[in-house]
Amino acid sequence: MSDAIIGGQDRIAKRFAKLKEEGRAGLVTFITAGDPDPETSFEILKQLPDAGADIIELGMPFTDPMADGPAIQEASLRALAAGMHMRKTLSIVRGFRDQDHDTPIILMGYYNPIYIYGVAEFLEDARNAGVDGLIVVDLPPEEDAELCIPTVEKGLSFIRLTTPTSDDKRLPKLVQNTSGFVYYVSVAGVTGAGSASNEQIVEAMGRLRRHTDLPIAVGFGIKTAAQAADVAKQADAAVVGSAIVSKIAESLDENGKATDKTASMVTGLVRELANGVRNARK
Amino acid sequence: MTSSAPNSFRALPDPDGHFGNFGGRFVAETLMPLILELEQAYKDAKADPAFKKEMDYYLRHYVGRENPLYFAERLTEELGGAKIYFKREDLNHTGAHKINNCIGQILLAKRMGKTRIIAETGAGQHGVATATVCARFGLPCTVYMGSKDIERQSPNVFRMRLLGAEVKPVVSGSNSLKDAMNEALRDWVTNVEDTFYIIGTAAGPHPYPEMVRDFQSVIGNEARRQIMEAENRLPDQVIASVGGGSNAIGLFHPFLDDKGVEVVGVEAAGHGVHTGKHAASLSAGKPGVLHGNRTYLLMDDDGQIKEADSISAGLDYPGIGPEHSWLKDIGRARYEPITDKEALAAFKLCSELEGIIPALECSHAIAQIMKEAPKMGKDKIILMCLSGRGDKDIFTVAEALGVEL
Repeated sequence: MSDAIIGGQDRIAKRFAKLKEEGRAGLVTFITAGDPDPETSFEILKQLPDAGADIIELGMPFTDPMADGPAIQEASLRALAAGMHMRKTLSIVRGFRDQDHDTPIILMGYYNPIYIYGVAEFLEDARNAGVDGLIVVDLPPEEDAELCIPTVEKGLSFIRLTTPTSDDKRLPKLVQNTSGFVYYVSVAGVTGAGSASNEQIVEAMGRLRRHTDLPIAVGFGIKTAAQAADVAKQADAAVVGSAIVSKIAESLDENGKATDKTASMVTGLVRELANGVRNARK
Repeated sequence: MTSSAPNSFRALPDPDGHFGNFGGRFVAETLMPLILELEQAYKDAKADPAFKKEMDYYLRHYVGRENPLYFAERLTEELGGAKIYFKREDLNHTGAHKINNCIGQILLAKRMGKTRIIAETGAGQHGVATATVCARFGLPCTVYMGSKDIERQSPNVFRMRLLGAEVKPVVSGSNSLKDAMNEALRDWVTNVEDTFYIIGTAAGPHPYPEMVRDFQSVIGNEARRQIMEAENRLPDQVIASVGGGSNAIGLFHPFLDDKGVEVVGVEAAGHGVHTGKHAASLSAGKPGVLHGNRTYLLMDDDGQIKEADSISAGLDYPGIGPEHSWLKDIGRARYEPITDKEALAAFKLCSELEGIIPALECSHAIAQIMKEAPKMGKDKIILMCLSGRGDKDIFTVAEALGVEL
């Protein structure tokens, strides 16, 4: 078995074990595949681990990202306008995997592009490309038969979002069939909106820990190194998406095209965030 | 009827909200507890005679039901075939069928203790109906509307504002109904504590398709009784326009188990199905997942949703309610495309012959009747849902006809 098709649960578990060994939380970074164009996006992706990303979430562009705020919506539309589609997303992952065997890659997005690709074929291709897990925003446990169960059977992780509305009654259902880690969405809202207070996060972590032994990553609304550090004190990982994607938007020229600053502006921010996360518990 | 046909076409959805392969609950986790709470609240309300009594009261004294089943005599003569009846939803308060559903949902919202209402709207009819019930029941109301639709339906925007609603222009994606729905979902996910989302059509996550259908079934229930009174028999065909499909499912549902009644939905073919500029998701789309349900959608090979196109803003949606998708697949209903041009001709004909200016939405159904009625015998009966009045459309029609107002 080549490295590329090591079961996804493995790579994620190994990464969290390593973080534990180092006594620190991880940094999970989100970018949208193909944003602002397929080539630049691949360049950024390749540089993320060196800049300090421990786990990478790669957005699968979709025309109607109804759980996302303006920053990530626009990233999707930029990618689609630049000709991005699912097969290219998978080939970007394959390219990344050729040079990086350890950094977990989680594909994140909405169900329709996967459903249209065909679930079985998609899982086969994703696994062969070196994808480790999936986060699919519009598939709650009530629809587990659609994709969650087939994903787990394929040896990939199906990572679930838990939210402030996930109470003790709901949580057992949420952590069932899930693997890799649990993603806690710290505010009710779309991506990029306001952030939760420390007390709220502590309270939520306590609630989650009663229901799962999996690592817990906390996201939504984290924009600065200081905020990332705050989260990293409590959680196993901090997730940053909209702030990174906004950096891409900021770096573009007046025609919305990538500039020679695009990749460096993104990696610059990721370095700051990684510093925050790495020094949080010191 | 084949042996694989179900015993009843009226027994769905199943407990998880499925109509065969369609429907379901494809929403973000933040919304799941709300959807489950809504489902329970709706079940309780349905079983409570007091809720039905309250609903009946407002439908009678506020909406003005029951509205007539009208024999369109001159249109029948002109077409020279089947007898044509109109179910006059245009005579409801606010001028369309949308209010039936809004009364039901706002009473449910009150029952659940919700204090803020949001809605999406395309043509503005659902927005106006929602703003109306919010004014009547004293709840603040925010309506999301695509900036493109705000432009072409300015009278309705003004109406909503007069009624005290806040109309928020949506400038994401294609700036039309689907994007308004995305934006309403984003609002809902952000304001989970106090907000009730009044969805305007029989689509979205379970229990919406079932709930909206039930609230709109007053159309078919009345029409069924009225046609029995008028003709002492059931119609040979029931027909309605479909965008999301709420007036159609409301008319169809009470007739689905009447084997002799043919069921026809009419989709907006825009510039023509072959041009790619249309809203005919059943005729030219394929099953996919959007806005909480699996249903027929307009999309490309990568699963990206395409923009819909129709002269009628109310039909300008790239999807369709999941129950229609199921009815199509099992063959209980057939769905026909009608172009902008054909709908305009029907709009004119109905205005001239019946003294009724129909909404552009149901003008599509009239256009289909113009094709089918002449081929049917004079002893046949067609029952159509005239879902709304066309006053809101006169500017659009004038522009299409090259008339300056």
